[in-house]
Amino acid sequence: MNPVQVRGEVLSIKQAGAYFSMTVVASGIAEQTRPGHFVAVAVGDDDGSMLLRRAFSIYQVASRGVYGGTVEFIFAAHGKGTTWLSRRRPHDLVDLVGPLGRPFTLPKEPANCVLVGGGYGSAPLFMLADALRKRGCRVDFVVGAATQDRMFGALDAKRMAASVAFTTDDGSFGEQGRVSDVLPAVIDKAHADVVYACGPMAMLEAVYAVSAAAYNGQGIPTQLAVEESMACGIGVCMTCVLPVIADDGQTRMMRSCVEGPVFPGDRIRWDALGTVPDDALGAAAMTASVEVPQ
Amino acid sequence: MSGDVVVHAHDEPTAVGDVDMTTELGRLVVPDPVFTASGCAAAGREVSAFNDLTALGGVVTKSIQMAARSGRPTPRMAETPSGMLNSIGLQGPGIDSFLSNDLRWLTENKVCAAVSIAGSSVDEYAKLAQRLRGQPVSLVEVNISCPNVEDRGQVFACDVNASAAVIEAVRRATPPTVPVFAKLSPDVTDIVSIARSCVDAGADGLTLINTTLGIVIDTETMRPTLAGITGGLSGPGIRPMAVRCVWQVHAALPEVPIMGVGGIRTGLDALEFVLAGARAVQVGTVIFNDPSAPTRISRELRAALAQRGIPRLRDAVGLAHRPPAPVVPEEPDPPGDEPFVQEPSPRVVTFEDAQ
Repeated sequence: MNPVQVRGEVLSIKQAGAYFSMTVVASGIAEQTRPGHFVAVAVGDDDGSMLLRRAFSIYQVASRGVYGGTVEFIFAAHGKGTTWLSRRRPHDLVDLVGPLGRPFTLPKEPANCVLVGGGYGSAPLFMLADALRKRGCRVDFVVGAATQDRMFGALDAKRMAASVAFTTDDGSFGEQGRVSDVLPAVIDKAHADVVYACGPMAMLEAVYAVSAAAYNGQGIPTQLAVEESMACGIGVCMTCVLPVIADDGQTRMMRSCVEGPVFPGDRIRWDALGTVPDDALGAAAMTASVEVPQ
Repeated sequence: MSGDVVVHAHDEPTAVGDVDMTTELGRLVVPDPVFTASGCAAAGREVSAFNDLTALGGVVTKSIQMAARSGRPTPRMAETPSGMLNSIGLQGPGIDSFLSNDLRWLTENKVCAAVSIAGSSVDEYAKLAQRLRGQPVSLVEVNISCPNVEDRGQVFACDVNASAAVIEAVRRATPPTVPVFAKLSPDVTDIVSIARSCVDAGADGLTLINTTLGIVIDTETMRPTLAGITGGLSGPGIRPMAVRCVWQVHAALPEVPIMGVGGIRTGLDALEFVLAGARAVQVGTVIFNDPSAPTRISRELRAALAQRGIPRLRDAVGLAHRPPAPVVPEEPDPPGDEPFVQEPSPRVVTFEDAQ
């Protein structure tokens, strides 16, 4: 994968419940995209005051067709940058960098997979479901959101999965509760071998806890796409770090943009999120100093 | 700059390809004046997907220290108007890993490596410089915006003596062929006195400026946004401050090479720094917005010089300091050339008495 920067034409922008779905002509990105990759989108005009790119999971791509490659992503207009983005219209140009990040890894043999999405975090799971099914995997979905209008991809999930469980915090759609409330039953019913999830950190932590406790504590592997706030998306700003156990067993502050966003759940230091644990590489060097940042 | 510079502003524009972008930074001569700034391009690898780094001046690496550093907890960043506030805490792998991975990558890819070092004591800076001896390092940039553990955490860059002590130690430990640049903080009362002390201590040049200290408060949580509370403010929002620093230091020390850095987003922004006295520029925060910005800015700067009929970058360095062009009075029109035209004037109107 070799990320590229593309100034592409907006092909369409649609409202999807509380979210927007934007499709941009971005050949070079589309062809290389695998499930779990994301794009970093510049917001505002070339001389505008918002410098930091906004990162969004890729929902789907079309690598060929009349327009060349296209990339579709989902976002909520909850800040100034995303509101600007929501006001783009077809033919406007949008600057994308992608595909970025380490995607989901797929089982080598057919396996039973449960895919769990929270809010628009479910966006990357449909490409994943597609890829898994092509490999002969069984796919079951759990899709959750705060309210019905914040649930994304309910129809896609129904179309693709052996079973779908919906949850909302307020009970406006599916069962009232959290995805982690229904996940144990779904794992049992599907005889799940692996859980994939994308959504807010608290949801991922709960999904990890349920997966680790499955099969009377034997546990099943998880692949979790984290949502950390990013500035660049390409691995140079060092703002999107979280404590993760590396292959050598050492906890490091890893960049979710290049070393993630997908991490095995058992590698994330859930006990230390938002902090630098004392045993992290280089933590000792921090105690002596109170430096002016670079 | 020495000698008089003649600006042929009204001559035919120079062809873009003809502009000589070569610049001299002490004993280092580079074919292009655009570098990536420390802390904004890691050690080059990630941005090489978007830039031919061999065509640029080089990469100033993220400041390296002796030991690995985890950096600070998150949140480490907040967006600000035309900029950002960051408190990363110099996360890095330590000098050994840097030499065997990052510097090796830069060397293998023939990228000019300007290595930024940071320490918490004069001794640590000296040790870092010693570790760089014999390594393929083109320039050493000394990040002195770090607290001195031997002086109650006072930042080196804010004190003339501490700044000089660091630069002297680094200069002594660095081969004479490798230029040593001091990167100064703008958060000082008199940047010229700090610049002078660094040059007197042996700095071959100066990088101006590092970030300036700021705080952003989250009005929802009603607490500072950054875990580190304070952060370094960077981006186009601080550009005039950076240009001012370059201007002041160049005016006081016109022979000292300066690398200008602070919110450069376009070739014209880079030109401002050059005109203020910088021989090279560094692109920093804007890389987060546009990862191919260094290449674009180099191209735009070249075009801007060509448009102004300036054939060599070095001719533009410090050019804004020249006195304003004398005002030449316009020649009056020669009489008799135009036909006499009666100026129109209103007729005199008289009014009736009011009833």
